[in-house]
Amino acid sequence: MMKQNFLYFCLLFKYNKMGKKGLSSITKKLIMAISGAGLVFFLLFHGAMNLVSIFSAEGYEMICEFLGANWYAVVGTIGLAVLIVIHLVYAFILSYQNFRARGKQRYAVVERPEGVSWASKNMLALGAFILFGLGFHLYDFWSKMQLVELKGGEPVSGIEQIRFIFSHNYFSIMYLIWLVAIWFHLSHGIASVMQSIGWSNLVWQRRIEFIGKLFAFIIVAMFISVVIYYWLIV
Amino acid sequence: MNIKLKIWRQRNATSKGKFVEYQLNDIPAEASFLEMLDILNEQLVLKGEDPVTFDHDCREGICGACGLYINGHPHGRFKNTTTCQLHMRKFKDGDTITVEPWRSEAFPIIKDLMVDRSALDKLIQAGGYISVHTGGVPDANAIPINKHKADLAMDAAACIGCGACIAACKNGSAMLFVGAKVSQFALLPQGEVEWADRVQKMVARMDELGFGSCSNTYVCQAECPKGISVTNIARMNRQFLAAKIAEPIKK
Amino acid sequence: MELNSKIPTGPLSEKWTKYKAEQKLVNPANKRKLDIIVIGTGLAGASAAASFGEMGFNVKVFCIQDSPRRAHSIAAQGGINAAKNYANDGDSIQRLFNDTIKGGDYRAREANVYRLAEVSNNIIDQCVAQGVPFARDYSGLLANRSFGGAQVSRTFYAKGQTGQQLLLGAYGALSKEIEKGTVKMYARREMMDVVVVDGHARGVIVRNLVTGELERYSAHAVVIASGGYGRVFFLSTNAMSSNGSAIWQCYKKGACMANPCFTQIHPTCIPVHGDYQSKLTLMSESLRNDGRIWVPKDAEKARLLREGKIKATDIPEEERDYYLERRYPAFGNLVPRDVASRAAKERCDAGYGVNNTGRAVYLDFKEAIQRLGKQAVEEKYGNLFEMYERIVDENPYVTPMMIYPAVHYTMGGLWVDYELQTTVKGLFAAGEANFSDHGANRLGASALMQGLSDGYFVLPYTMQNYLADQINVPRFSTDLPEFEEAENAVRQKITRILSINGDTTVDMIHRHLGHIMWEKVGMSRTEQSLKEAIEEIKQLREEFWQKVKVPNVEGMNTELEKALRVADFLEMGELIARDALMRNESCGGHFRAEYQTPDGEAMRDDAHYAFVAAYEFQGVDNEPIMHKEELKFENVELKQRNYK
Repeated sequence: MMKQNFLYFCLLFKYNKMGKKGLSSITKKLIMAISGAGLVFFLLFHGAMNLVSIFSAEGYEMICEFLGANWYAVVGTIGLAVLIVIHLVYAFILSYQNFRARGKQRYAVVERPEGVSWASKNMLALGAFILFGLGFHLYDFWSKMQLVELKGGEPVSGIEQIRFIFSHNYFSIMYLIWLVAIWFHLSHGIASVMQSIGWSNLVWQRRIEFIGKLFAFIIVAMFISVVIYYWLIV
Repeated sequence: MNIKLKIWRQRNATSKGKFVEYQLNDIPAEASFLEMLDILNEQLVLKGEDPVTFDHDCREGICGACGLYINGHPHGRFKNTTTCQLHMRKFKDGDTITVEPWRSEAFPIIKDLMVDRSALDKLIQAGGYISVHTGGVPDANAIPINKHKADLAMDAAACIGCGACIAACKNGSAMLFVGAKVSQFALLPQGEVEWADRVQKMVARMDELGFGSCSNTYVCQAECPKGISVTNIARMNRQFLAAKIAEPIKK
Repeated sequence: MELNSKIPTGPLSEKWTKYKAEQKLVNPANKRKLDIIVIGTGLAGASAAASFGEMGFNVKVFCIQDSPRRAHSIAAQGGINAAKNYANDGDSIQRLFNDTIKGGDYRAREANVYRLAEVSNNIIDQCVAQGVPFARDYSGLLANRSFGGAQVSRTFYAKGQTGQQLLLGAYGALSKEIEKGTVKMYARREMMDVVVVDGHARGVIVRNLVTGELERYSAHAVVIASGGYGRVFFLSTNAMSSNGSAIWQCYKKGACMANPCFTQIHPTCIPVHGDYQSKLTLMSESLRNDGRIWVPKDAEKARLLREGKIKATDIPEEERDYYLERRYPAFGNLVPRDVASRAAKERCDAGYGVNNTGRAVYLDFKEAIQRLGKQAVEEKYGNLFEMYERIVDENPYVTPMMIYPAVHYTMGGLWVDYELQTTVKGLFAAGEANFSDHGANRLGASALMQGLSDGYFVLPYTMQNYLADQINVPRFSTDLPEFEEAENAVRQKITRILSINGDTTVDMIHRHLGHIMWEKVGMSRTEQSLKEAIEEIKQLREEFWQKVKVPNVEGMNTELEKALRVADFLEMGELIARDALMRNESCGGHFRAEYQTPDGEAMRDDAHYAFVAAYEFQGVDNEPIMHKEELKFENVELKQRNYK
């Protein structure tokens, strides 16, 4: 299975190198957009779930239980993993192609013009950083909850784990940095989804960008408020 | 005014290039950037050196021939300006100006600051037109066209084909160039007949020629000397995806 | 040599129909066997090549730039005329014909001009079908604007970029044929010579500008659509690579040059600001609708302005001389191009010119801003004001604009008959490269019309009449001695230029030539100035061949390109002066100071000069032979223009 996946991955690269066969650049962008949009919706759900922990520890525990080793939670987790892998694989394919298209010789001087966001030019780096943080995050929570349960063990309490993690300054600060990176990624990503799907025009362009940033803000604010709450308030 | 130039010099497509520094004194502030290069070239010729080669033609911002990467921006850092419309008064006495050619895999260097942009012609050849032949067309007023759409089509058609969008893009993507052409015809009833073929063929050609894909940084729009909007790219994406579903063509 | 204009018989309005009905055609199977070379990809070249390709001929197209889309047709701003009468203001083919003939000061061929007016409507239809985004009104129908020299609104436009949009339309058509394989495009190639075999044009020698190699191409017919030769004046509104070399080689191979002295000087250009200047920028003629042109009444004030001691706004109203309104009360600032240009030069020569060079007059919008409000002026002319400010760095809403006339268009060109064929068989000329439709002065928005008319609707017919006799002629080998000879001659010329290694750059000599041309063969010419010019140009030519310095580098050599063009300009300038000297009258763009009315207006001499002067080459240092094609006016009455 692993080997097959690997081969498929290589094949994608090969086709894309030739540039003739395989998916068109716009289709690949569409895949990025749709997988990205899926992840945004997940984040929205995840953020809302976290928020519950502030208002009701029991409620939060109940959600954690729902998301244990139940079949629907497992299906959801697998789906999520697939989305992440697709988003990742295509991010690398596109970045590799784009890198090649840029040519071997680079500019000696490059200046970012007005009206171009920093995030938009650094999505890959941001994504890589987010992925790196995700590893820790999965280790901190998922591996001690759903994974343990799947293996037949007894998961830790969600609310306890939150309290434990965010009682440490360094964990809290790391999480905050990570969340800021997510904000940057989303601040460009959400509007970018709309553009890639083709839902933009002269009138809506600015509105979409605003809505995208607002959406990113809401999502990240939900997460951050939980970190701040457990770190500084409780 | 006195300035220092750092110019990319490269003998031909295969040789290795390098930056060469030139000191230019008493440049009139009214001179255009290209006239400043003319002055440099005249001095070089008199010294028996090879003058700096660069593309230029109309020198009034419409032919799209000129295109230099000046201090980190295609056509310099001013909005809606081509290199030929850039004047020396925009620089300060004693400035060092770095001049590079367009750099992109699709634009190989011919010599010094001159690059081969024939890939842009190939993109248009893939379908950037309405396939009518001469004669036998209906009266010009036979199809009324909504004024707003006609104006939008005109804005998209204002592209001068200079390639700044591709030069500026970190991905070397031609999406703004192709998007503008696709949009021009998508907005006009005359263009509707071939809409699905046009967008698929042009995108396929774009991928074939090795242009990168769009990551929506919108640097292209910011650097476009004609201010062409990235909403043209959105329109092309929309058309392309619709065409792939409704009227796909075989490769 | 006998000039035969081949004008079909019959009434004027039926000549073209009659010609088309009677001409010979080539059947589709034979078209595949015939090759056509097209030089230039502007409106005329691109549209012709695309049309030939569609018809089934094998076409080879050459352009000097990196892409066919860069040809200088792209810079035309104003619009394109057509007799559609969409405005319902009394326009008709006959009226467009009348206006064009009159605008050309009765020095154009009636039959050609009528055909141009006739096909003008087809051009608009064609361009709309190609997706050219012409301006429209809210009904969705096409909008029109009015232009100089006409009493109707017949000009179609696409913002201020009509030329660009029309060229991109033709470029699209050309690209379609390139994709199909009927047309082969050769970019970055410059025509060095035309190859004539047994009296027929059979190919060209071109220089590959990237590699520097000479290449040979053969065909059954050659079309020259390389534009005008305005850069003989060095400073002009033409593009940097615009040149007259292609037509000049044709001239040297036996094609006649017609009316070379008819050059158009456009009155509203941004003035010259220094010696290093490379080209001039045109400001649309429409500015004269609301701007008032003036210079100070007092020469002393003009001097202070030149020295920068006072500003234009310091001059009170009563000290301003609105000289056009003074001299031409009826038309005021809206007199035709040639009249406005000459009046500006007259004032500057008399010492009233402004700008540090003394070569500028003011175009003032103060009154218009007071009358209409700043916003209305901005809506009408905003983009032009912006363009001006970018170049001159002065705000025209506050300080008056400075303008000065500049060379813009050349009405003269290769002599062609009704079929657009030159005096060399199989060698055709289209667009600005030929002389045919504008007489001594071109009206605004007519250049685009002529280019597309020749390319889309005239050549595709008339060339068949020639090619029908060529169907049994097999493809030519480029190894023929004629090709060999032509290539060697070009190679020798290049070697000679490279070996001079003098101390003067090409631009220095070109600038000097431009100075002679502008001062002595420019807006106002006299017998004496022309004679001086001929001598000075001869001297300069010698100087060029002794002192020019062109770096000897392999491959791309832009200095060599320029040198080859300037070498031709140095011969062409002399012919222009000779033609101007021969034409003892003033008409259109040609003004001889000796031939003017007591109040300084142009005086035409229809009795002696109602003819086309076509010159036959006799060697560089010999006087050419002049052939006359008498112009017969059967449908219009010859009148002296009067704008008072």
